Amino acid sequence: MKILVCVSVVPDTTTKITFSDQDTQFNKAGVQFILNPYDELALTRALELAEANAGSVTVITVGEADTDPIIRKALAMGATDAIRVDAAPKDGMYVAAQIAEQAKAGDYSLVFTGRESIDYNGGQVQGLVAEILGWPLINVVTTADITDKTLIASRDIDGGRETVSAVLPCVVSAQKDLCEPRIPNMRGIMQARTKPLNVVQATDKFDYTSVARYELPPTKSGVKMIDAENAAELIDILHNKEKLF
Amino acid sequence: MAVVVYAESDNGQYKKSSFEAITYGKDLAKLLNISCIAVTIGSKGNENLGAFGADQHMHITGKMLATFNPQAYAKALSEIVTTNNGTVVIVSQTYNGKSLAPLVAIKQDAALVTGIVDMANTTNGFTVKKTTFSSKAIAHVSINQEKKVLTIIPNSYHTTKDSTDVEILEIDTQVTENDVNSLIVSTNKEIGKVPLTEAELVISGGRGLKGPENWHMVEDLADALGAATACSKPVSDMEWRPHSEHVGQTGITIKPNLYIAAGISGAIQHLAGVGSSKVICVINTDPEAPFFKAADYGIVGNALEVLPKLLQRVKELKN
Ligand SMILES: Cc1cc2nc3c(=O)[nH]c(=O)nc-3n(C[C@H](O)[C@H](O)[C@H](O)COP(=O)(O)OP(=O)(O)OC[C@H]3O[C@@H](n4cnc5c(N)ncnc54)[C@H](O)[C@@H]3O)c2cc1C
Ligand SMILES: Nc1ncnc2c1ncn2[C@@H]1O[C@H](COP(=O)(O)O)[C@@H](O)[C@H]1O
Repeated sequence: MKILVCVSVVPDTTTKITFSDQDTQFNKAGVQFILNPYDELALTRALELAEANAGSVTVITVGEADTDPIIRKALAMGATDAIRVDAAPKDGMYVAAQIAEQAKAGDYSLVFTGRESIDYNGGQVQGLVAEILGWPLINVVTTADITDKTLIASRDIDGGRETVSAVLPCVVSAQKDLCEPRIPNMRGIMQARTKPLNVVQATDKFDYTSVARYELPPTKSGVKMIDAENAAELIDILHNKEKLF
Repeated sequence: MAVVVYAESDNGQYKKSSFEAITYGKDLAKLLNISCIAVTIGSKGNENLGAFGADQHMHITGKMLATFNPQAYAKALSEIVTTNNGTVVIVSQTYNGKSLAPLVAIKQDAALVTGIVDMANTTNGFTVKKTTFSSKAIAHVSINQEKKVLTIIPNSYHTTKDSTDVEILEIDTQVTENDVNSLIVSTNKEIGKVPLTEAELVISGGRGLKGPENWHMVEDLADALGAATACSKPVSDMEWRPHSEHVGQTGITIKPNLYIAAGISGAIQHLAGVGSSKVICVINTDPEAPFFKAADYGIVGNALEVLPKLLQRVKELKN
């Protein structure tokens, strides 16, 4: 069984976000990049499933050469090989088209993604890939198991969870609680250096959106402090002034 | 041409975010000088959607549509979009909405933008504002594709309501087993609790609450206010609280009207999930806690003493 895991390379969670070129570009200077946390979970669970089903795991990223060191980390975690589609990821649709192309070519039974990237926050690549391929999607899952060519997963819904089964091939996206992310060991790191990282050309598809500019969210105008002794005053403010209830 | 809005319901009740989506669709349709069609699939709520701005209401039923399935619902919605010459599809960004929108976008060869927080700007092309970098920034996204699918973050857009009624057009759609390769095995929902993702008021606790035995203070205040409860990541990691309450960069992103944070330091990853709440109140023993910088109201004090005082006052006001 071949599994394809989609990984994106994102700024570390502590990054202070700034922009350059008149707020049209994310300022990468001094920023540390990591594997998207949800994609680490997808990869970890995919490795477990591959181990249990005599399978292999290929990681794929759509990104430029500066993502290679992070892709090596995915290989160190245990992936068999990697594909890098050599292009700047323009938007979710563009990324999904590249991934679907590779998924078709590679005879995979399962595409695993993260719930969302913590930089673009689209939560969309998985659905787009699924529909391009005509495969079912189980989105935002906290369990994922395979029996008899069927994937059974528990997905988050508003106010609860739902167990869904889908016939392979299918697409699933990882949510926190799925597993603990695997930490590469020394042997994995050594092996990763010689594992195949295949760089492929991008196909020219779906150039539907572009970021015109970025802005930072409005900041709070300052905090009004209330004395702990008169804490109840907060409730009066929220009731009378803010009219929240 | 039309703006088509998917209005989600649950147990015969529309979600509040469905009304926001319809109002959004109505306002956008006005800008584009076209009509606004509300679509319900499988089930619907009681309210008349004309009151929120829909010019038409189409209710689709059929064999595979009784419960949400992304493939079945996408096929049904996409057919309505095609037959009514829909150019923009509006979906509220709920869990189901997030699964539905990309499938419709591919079927329609439409551009897809998720995470939208404001009305589109149509004066020069078509631009929308979306959250990025885990709410640490907003991107102005230009769409250069005629058809568009947009998902709107709940609680980002207002609702308007009047007394207009529209008739419901019943539509029977042919979705077959062959269109659907997945099915629901079982569903597990907490009944009677306000789901965190839909809550307008949220009371949240962090490690400063010391242990699960103190959580009744958070829950009692939440119950008295009709609020939902949330927590920081370490609290769910230590299993003081269920994972479904964990908010932040690696948890749920919420945007309630009120967020009360008790015993939470306000780390950047926590703020990523709650920073766009309208009114933020922080209770913390440490006056230097970073959360105060992101707060509207702050109390320096012991949450275990402050929370009961708040509860007391809410009870007085409610009586
Ligand atoms: C990759 C990554 C992702 C992360 N994602 C998230 C996320 O999604 N969500 C999240 O929340 N965190 C996340 N974190 C963790 C985050 O960095 C913080 O560690 C976490 O938010 C701290 O939780 P806390 O404020 O409850 O605990 P602490 O940092 O321990 O803070 C407790 C606070 O309570 C105060 N306090 C103590 N006693 C009392 C009292 N009696 N009354 C009132 N106040 C009191 C203290 O002054 C302190 O400010 C992430 C971290 C990483 C590295
Ligand atoms: N550039 C990329 N390359 C490969 N996979 C990606 C890329 N961007 C996003 N993904 C995958 O798609 C998921 C959702 O991303 P997004 O739609 O950007 O929120 C991520 O968790 C990844 O698994």
